[in-house]
This record gives sequence, C-alpha cells and structure tokens, in this order.
Amino acid sequence: MAGQTRMHVVTGKGGTGKSTVAAALAVGLAAQGCKVLLCEVEGRQGIAQIFDVAPLPYEERQVAALDDGAVYALAIDAEEALLEYLAMFYRLGRAGKALDRFGVIDFATTIAPGVRDVLLTGKVYEAVRRRDDDGDPVYDAVVLDAPPTGRIARFLNVNAEVAGLAKVGPIHRQADSIMTLMRSRRTRVHLVTLLEEMPVQETLDAVDELTAAELRIGTLIVNQVHPAVFDDDEIERISNGGLTAASVRRTLRSAGLDLDGGQAQALLDEGRERIERMRLQAAQRALLDDAGAPVVELPAVSEGIDLAQLLSLGETLAEALP
Amino acid sequence: MTPSSTVRTAGGRASGPLDVDALLADPGLEIVVCCGSGGVGKTTTSAALALRAASQGRRVCVLTIDPARRLAQSLGLTELDNTPRPVDGVGADGGSLDAMMLDMKRTFDEVVEAHASPQKAAQILANPFYQALSSSFAGTQEYMAMEKLGQLHAEAIADAEHPRWDLIVVDTPPSRSALDFLDAPERLASLLDGRLLRLLLAPARGPARLFSAGFGMVTSALGKVLGAQVLRDVQTFVSAFDALFGGFRARAEATFALLQDSGTAFLVIAAPERDAMREASYFVDRLSQDRMPLAGLVVNRMTTPRADLDPDDALAAARVLRRTNGSEPAPDAEANGRGDDAREPEDPAIVRRRRGANDDVVAALLDVHVEQARICARERRTVRGFTQAHPRVRVAEVPSLPTDVHDLAGLRRVGELLAASTR
Repeated sequence: MAGQTRMHVVTGKGGTGKSTVAAALAVGLAAQGCKVLLCEVEGRQGIAQIFDVAPLPYEERQVAALDDGAVYALAIDAEEALLEYLAMFYRLGRAGKALDRFGVIDFATTIAPGVRDVLLTGKVYEAVRRRDDDGDPVYDAVVLDAPPTGRIARFLNVNAEVAGLAKVGPIHRQADSIMTLMRSRRTRVHLVTLLEEMPVQETLDAVDELTAAELRIGTLIVNQVHPAVFDDDEIERISNGGLTAASVRRTLRSAGLDLDGGQAQALLDEGRERIERMRLQAAQRALLDDAGAPVVELPAVSEGIDLAQLLSLGETLAEALP
Repeated sequence: MTPSSTVRTAGGRASGPLDVDALLADPGLEIVVCCGSGGVGKTTTSAALALRAASQGRRVCVLTIDPARRLAQSLGLTELDNTPRPVDGVGADGGSLDAMMLDMKRTFDEVVEAHASPQKAAQILANPFYQALSSSFAGTQEYMAMEKLGQLHAEAIADAEHPRWDLIVVDTPPSRSALDFLDAPERLASLLDGRLLRLLLAPARGPARLFSAGFGMVTSALGKVLGAQVLRDVQTFVSAFDALFGGFRARAEATFALLQDSGTAFLVIAAPERDAMREASYFVDRLSQDRMPLAGLVVNRMTTPRADLDPDDALAAARVLRRTNGSEPAPDAEANGRGDDAREPEDPAIVRRRRGANDDVVAALLDVHVEQARICARERRTVRGFTQAHPRVRVAEVPSLPTDVHDLAGLRRVGELLAASTR
C-alpha cells in the first residue's frame, strides 16, 4: 500500500500525459492488492480510451482486475452530480429533472464555476469516505485525473472559490468538508511533467500555488524519459569534434554500411542535437530537484498504451509514492 | 488543379502544401485565426505569422492569449493594458507589428462600461456574481477573445483611407477542445439572454402569471444549493444588467459573421500526436459545417531526422559494430545453445585489436538515428491519417526546434520554417 494516502490527485500541463499516468497509478495500486477508483472530471472519456472500453456513464464500472486488486472507473459529470446532490440532500429526485427545463442545472454548474468544482470534488470526496456494511472503506484508494496545472490550485481550493459566492448554506458547508479532506494527510497532489521548459515552469508555479493553499505535494512525476544513449566520454568526443565525419564513415564501412560524407556528418549532427537536448533536460531536472518534493522518472513508451505497459509504469509509481 | 478536383476519389488527392507567404500576401486577407487544442504551439505560431506578415509589408495587430512569460517580454508585452502596443524594430516595406495580450476581465468590464450608464456600470462591476462570471466562467475567455477581435476589426477599418491595421492575427484560448472557441460565446450569450435569468428577474417586475409552480421550484432549488445570498446577488446583477441583454448575443453574432467572411482565414494548429490531430479533424469538420474559411493545417514539432538512412540498415550496422566489440553475443553462439558464460573469455588485447576504437560511439549514433526515424515515421502516419480524411486541406509541417521560442529571432525562424513547407 502506498503509505497512508487514500486520495491521489494527478495533475500536469496539457500534453504531459497526466491521464495515462493517473491510469497507471491506479493499476499500480491495484497490483498491490488495492481496490481503486479512478475518476475523471473533464468529460474527455480519457479513461475509456486508455482502457479501451466503451465510454463511461456516470456510474462506477470495473475496467481492470488484477490478482487481489481492481480498478473501477467513474466519469464525473457536474450536472449528474448536482441532480444526485439534490436527490440526496433535498429528496428532489424527479423534480430535479424538471429543473432542466429552466436551464437551472446548466446555470448552477457552469455559471458559478466554484459550485461546479464543489460538485465534482464532492463526488470524489464521497467515494473516498464511502464505507461498506462492515464499516470498512469501499475503496482503498481514489485516483483523480484532475484538471491541468493551470487550474489545479483553484479546483482543489474549493472553499476559497465559493467563499465569495456562497457565504453560508449547503454548498459552503460541503466545500468546508471537502477542504478538510483535501488538506489532510490522506491526500497528495502529484504533478506530471516532461523535461521541457514550459511544463517544468508550470509545475514549479503549481507547486507554489498548491503549497500556498495548504495542499500537500506528493511526487513530481517526470514522464516520457528517454534513456541516456551516450556516456560522458562519448559526449565529449561528439561535442568537441574529436569524432570526425570521416572516422564515422570508416567505422560504418567496416560494418558494411556505405554512406557519403554528408550523411555521416548528418548522423553526427543528430548526435550533437541529442546531446544538446540531454543538457537542456538535465538543467530542467535540476530545477525539479530543487522544488523540495520527491521526483520519479517514467520511461517513454510508444503511443497506444496497453495494460501491460500501464502495469509496468504503475508498479514504478506505486513503489515511489510516499 | 485537375479538372476533376471537385470530384472526391476514394483515396482522395494528396493535400498540397500550405503556402503561408501567399496567404499573408493576399491583400483581401484581414483576419487570421489560429485554432487548435491546448499545448500545440498556437501562441508561438500566431506571433511568428504576425511577425512574418509585418516584415512583408503588412500592418499587423496580433492578439495573444496567455503567452509564456519570456515570449510576452520579447514582444514588449510587459504590462497587461488590454490595448495593442507597437513592437519595436519590427516590420519592413511599410509593415509594422502591434501586439497585445487579452485581459478577459478587463475586456468584460469595458463592455459593461461602454453599454451601461455610469451608475449601472458601477453597480454591475461591484456585484459578486458578476465578478465570478467575468473572471472565471468557462467560456468568458473565449467570448472576450471574440469581443476583442470585433473591437480591433472595427478600429482597423474605422478610417478607410488609412486603416490602422490591415491584418489581425488572433490566438485562441488554450482550451481542451478547439471547438470551445466557437461554442463558448454562444454559451455565454444564451446564459445572459437566457430564460432562467429572465425568470429570476420576474419577481422584480413581472406580471403575476410568471409566478408558476415551476418558478417557485426553481428559485427554491437554487436557493437551497447556492444559498439565498447568491440568489439575491444574481437577481441584483440581472436587474442591473438588463439593458445589456441582447447586446451580447448581437455582438457575438456579428463577430461570428465576421469569422465567416472571406477576409478571414482559419489555421488549425496541431502537433503530430493522435489527440491533437483528432481535435484538428473535429475542428476542420466543424468549420465546414459553419461555413468558415479554412486556410490549412499547421503541424508543429515534426521530428525530422537529418540523415537520410533507412532505420533497418542503421539497426543492422549497429548490431554488427556491437558484435565485433563483444558487447553483443554473436548469433551463432546463441544458436548453438551456448551463451556468453559458455565461451572462453577472450584476451582483451585480441578484442582491442579486432575492434575499432569508434565502434561503440558510432553504434550509439545509429541508435539515435533509428529512434528519430521511427518517431518520424509514426508522426507521418498520424498526419497522413488526417490528410486522407481531409484530402483538400493544405498542410504546413514545422520541424521541432531544440528549444522553446522566446525571442524575436526565434519567432523569425519559426516564420521561415512555416513558409518553407512550400519550397
């Protein structure tokens, strides 16, 4: 079990692969014997795509089973969550549907953005706290594929968001309870990044914002890391011209490959560019290391990820998380 | 052009390259809109196009949304004042470049101030519901981007003799879906003109027949969820905002018509990944539904190996090099069922004599090439999937750059690469 964390929030800049990482983490926790709920909140049906199942409705469905563990998935929809909320707290079951005619649902979920986020996180909160008949938690862990880094602090800091809007009343109380869970030791926010300038900058900004909002940072997850291809001595020889196009050509010829001088130079240039990228990545990695949170690297995998790959990434993740 | 180009054959014609310079040189072109999902380089592409157009004699205004800090600084966008400022030292042949960064809340405030009495405007700006709506409603940013585009265009053509700009380049908000840019303004307009807000206004002025059972249920449900205070805020907002209703929809519709005009060109921006290309595909279909003029697709960050060498040949050569230096067992050793441990350890001197000093490093160079070539092949397949589905869409491919772009020199370079796809 990954420590005492029950609620894993996974965020990252768009394009960093945060949804894949969230899915991998859920699978990795399930491989440790957990019953895990994986939630998405942006209506993208990303989970269905990753696990290659039909689009998910607003109900918890099993998407993967491992020895003793399992991954259930839920696509949280703000309007459905609002109807459920009205039914639960106000017994407004069928009447709730009638509200649709007036655009109330649309109004309450899109106009008051704070309210929308309270409804979305409220559903996750309910799943984390849900107990079975014996009083045991239904889910050992909940993984949330959260909004991107640009919006994450606002999304999680719901009571600050609704403070100006709903000073009292049910939404306000709900936001307070959610906030207590979000700030507790049971919740961690993991940030997914690539070793590139903009995602790293956004990650560092988000770490500051989340910390200021008293939310706990979990792990910084560096995604799609390519293995180093050159050792220090080779880097030196390629960068400073010690290795010439002529000698590359000779060596290739000894291996039965005949290239002209221009092509041999092009190969060398590809190597130089790779080294330049390795250096940039090392500099970005150093910035992450200074952020004061544990860092874990995940290897690059080709597109069209399958369960075996999710499992291998997930095991790396589940072991690394505090 | 073949005579039968209007007839779509089963395979479709291969898309032609997008001629960016011809597009920018067309004096009939007044607006370029760069769309696409978030994180594909829209802002950089917009700025690079604007810069290139300015250096070719156009008087350009570029509207950026949320540019990266260093890019903003390079365009002189250090303060958010919501008006275009000249970018120094840019432009040739009478061309110039003004740049601005959208401040959505301020744009919204200005709309309110322009269309309401000072007293009403002050009341609206102070209303908590308005503040939430103007700073964080999903869709406000898209609406205000359109609003600002409408304003800039009106300003550009105000003086027909000496137009301030003859080309406006628009970046669009970094949304999950490219379609949001087209859908969000309508969402905000329907909200502001919507039945619900009218309904909430009813008690303040409406005839008694509006007090239906339905109305009671709506207000009580909203009151329960949001609290009575919020409901009062909303009602205050609605009554103050009343004069502005209708104006929102009218302006959104006017800008929409501007986007359908032949002086507008949409560029769909994507990265050569499945998701980004899928979004691009949706967007292209949607543009044709809405009869909006599409100029083409820009695919950023294409992996382009420098060496022209078949990856299979490279892989085979790398194998040979590693075998001769002992880092990979000879195939016959494995075939005879004898692994490394079964072989006699060789004298290192003999190994050294037999291997070239460069075998390892050249094998590693070949590995780098193989990886690049494979990624390149995958990206080409992804782009080809798009072009086969949309055979008439012209495409510009921009090779990936080793570093992020954050200065004018970098933007010029991107502009050259954009234009190079036709050469």
